[in-house]
Amino acid sequence: MKSIRWEHFVLAFGLVLLGVAHAWGLFYAPPEAMMGDVGRILYVHVPTAWVGLVAYTAAFVAAIGALWTGRTGWDAGIEAFAEVGVVYNALLLFQGSVWARPTWGIWWTWDPRLTTSAVMLLLFVAVLVLRRTVESPEQRLTVSAVATIIAWVDVPVVYFAVKWWRTLHQDFSSPETVSNTMVSPLRLAAFGMLFLGIGIAALRWRSAYVRLADQSDAPELPDAPAQLHLHPDREA
Amino acid sequence: MSEPAPTPAISARQLCRRFGRRWAYARIDLDLMPGERLLVVGANGSGKTTLLRTLATVLRPSQGELRLFGLDPRAHPSRVRPRLALLGHRLGLYEDLSARDNLSVVARLASKPPPDAAALLARVGLDDRPDPVRAYSAGMRKRLQVAALVVQEPDLILLDEPFSALDPAGVDDLAALLVGLPGALVVASHQIARAAEICDRALLLDQGQQVWAGPARQAVSAWRQLHPRAAAEPLPAEGGA
Amino acid sequence: MTALVTVLWKDLLIEWRARSRAFSLATFALTVLLLFSFAVGPDTATMRAHAGAYLWLSLLLSSTLLLAQSFHVEVESNAIETVMLAPTAPAAVFYGKALANTAQLVALGLVALPATVALYDASFREGVGLMLPVLALGAAGLAAPGTLYAALTGRMGARQLLLPLLLFPLVVPCLLASVKATTLVMLGDPMTQLPSWLRLLASFDLLYWAVCGVLFGRVIEQ
Repeated sequence: MKSIRWEHFVLAFGLVLLGVAHAWGLFYAPPEAMMGDVGRILYVHVPTAWVGLVAYTAAFVAAIGALWTGRTGWDAGIEAFAEVGVVYNALLLFQGSVWARPTWGIWWTWDPRLTTSAVMLLLFVAVLVLRRTVESPEQRLTVSAVATIIAWVDVPVVYFAVKWWRTLHQDFSSPETVSNTMVSPLRLAAFGMLFLGIGIAALRWRSAYVRLADQSDAPELPDAPAQLHLHPDREA
Repeated sequence: MSEPAPTPAISARQLCRRFGRRWAYARIDLDLMPGERLLVVGANGSGKTTLLRTLATVLRPSQGELRLFGLDPRAHPSRVRPRLALLGHRLGLYEDLSARDNLSVVARLASKPPPDAAALLARVGLDDRPDPVRAYSAGMRKRLQVAALVVQEPDLILLDEPFSALDPAGVDDLAALLVGLPGALVVASHQIARAAEICDRALLLDQGQQVWAGPARQAVSAWRQLHPRAAAEPLPAEGGA
Repeated sequence: MTALVTVLWKDLLIEWRARSRAFSLATFALTVLLLFSFAVGPDTATMRAHAGAYLWLSLLLSSTLLLAQSFHVEVESNAIETVMLAPTAPAAVFYGKALANTAQLVALGLVALPATVALYDASFREGVGLMLPVLALGAAGLAAPGTLYAALTGRMGARQLLLPLLLFPLVVPCLLASVKATTLVMLGDPMTQLPSWLRLLASFDLLYWAVCGVLFGRVIEQ
């Protein structure tokens, strides 16, 4: 019988927060000044972006821990957090595309924020592919940890892309750029998404850990064998 | 006045190594003094190669303690590795380069003076040809491996099946050459009688664990006792140079 | 330091001794350029405008072959083990090989330049000499992560698939910047944007040469 764990509570709590935040954002908050109702995607898209980057960063930390200690816990962390990050990243691109069509008139464009986000998705998908392909547990850990560390270099680039280059995409969403009536549901949605992400990642981590520990933890040493005693008359 | 005790070339305690859930070798205790020669005997899959590669610091033991020349190879790789050399199953050299080029590369990386390639190759029974090593036969490759080993001037030599691929004359040449080299030696070989002639002590492995240790001259008997139906000498290698 | 020089010398010597491989690689790069010119069609204005892109795509595709080959010589007969046991610092092996790969990619680029001129009616408004730093910085951006990933995938069965999968997304910024810089050299740079693109390339190179050098040791050790 599956037991109910803290991860389930966190996940449920996150869903509740999200529910409240999205209801608020969708029905009660004012429409965005220039975009109208389409701008309400803010409450979904921005939290998805933030939590996705956090998940990737958690994978990065796990990768360093894995290379440093070689322990299964960190190895499972790479798998769980990279997976959660990829899901959020894919959702992000989809949401953005859905929003872009009515706003910019196109599904996609090659501007720095979008390009680097797409690259980030491919880089971490490659990490997941590596984890499926490599059979030896030690090699899999090393290979996916290295690939994760390199992939993570793109994360700050994605985040700061709107500051470093002139892009089509909006600037950071912060209290300076977002009006007061919208900041609160946004914050609530962000926390909701965060708790949701933590719950999913923790559940994923647990199943990955059990699977990996089974594969790579040390089995018992075989019994010491009986020693051979040479028959004296058999000496060459 | 007594001399201080010399540092063992190898000092291993309860070495274990696993791959996934399988133990390749376990509970290996070993001491080898400078200048001593040890023969490691065992059936295929008994852990000889994995053990030798661990002693060569290519692999790390999963458990246990290993000291080479009194040092922990993980803590002081740059002090330990220059003093040892491994002759493994594969050539360990560049197929596109000539014998002379390969020896140059090895000498430079090992920070040794440039070798007299012609003399060294003659010593192992090879001509100084400009052909890439890719064209060499199995016997020629083995001889080149030995030359690459000698270039490194090691204090500890680890040989994994050095006599394989050599014809009887080649086996004799190699045995004579090895006897003349200074330093400690660990040989893993199926040619037990021949290898025992150049060694002092022997160790018998069965499924990764030590079942017998003693003087090298008793190695054949120990093997026969453990594997009554197996021959102690494989047939001489076919083909060759 | 001398270990690095030895590794670099050794790699270039190997490619010189087996130079038929270099000819095959050059042929591949030129064939790709030719194929693009067929696929894109006969409109000279379009082809001239995008010549830089085709050049770098050709180099990128060729680089997967070059990088895979560069590591193949190490694992073919396990020479890498002899090198590491010498002992050689993993960083020396990495930087030596990455430099050798960069040099070969630059040479490939130089060979591809006349073909680009011929096939795409390209000219170098800002002077063909400027192509050398662009090629050098762009090749360096491909070579560093490429050398690391070639080592990572070198012993795997699926290496032909995995190397491009890992490498291509990573080098997108380098590709973008190299293409932009090349296009500016070819079509003219009235607003002097070239230095900023070269700076971007240089910072990308610096970052990846540092990070990959550090990680190489873990990838090589068993």
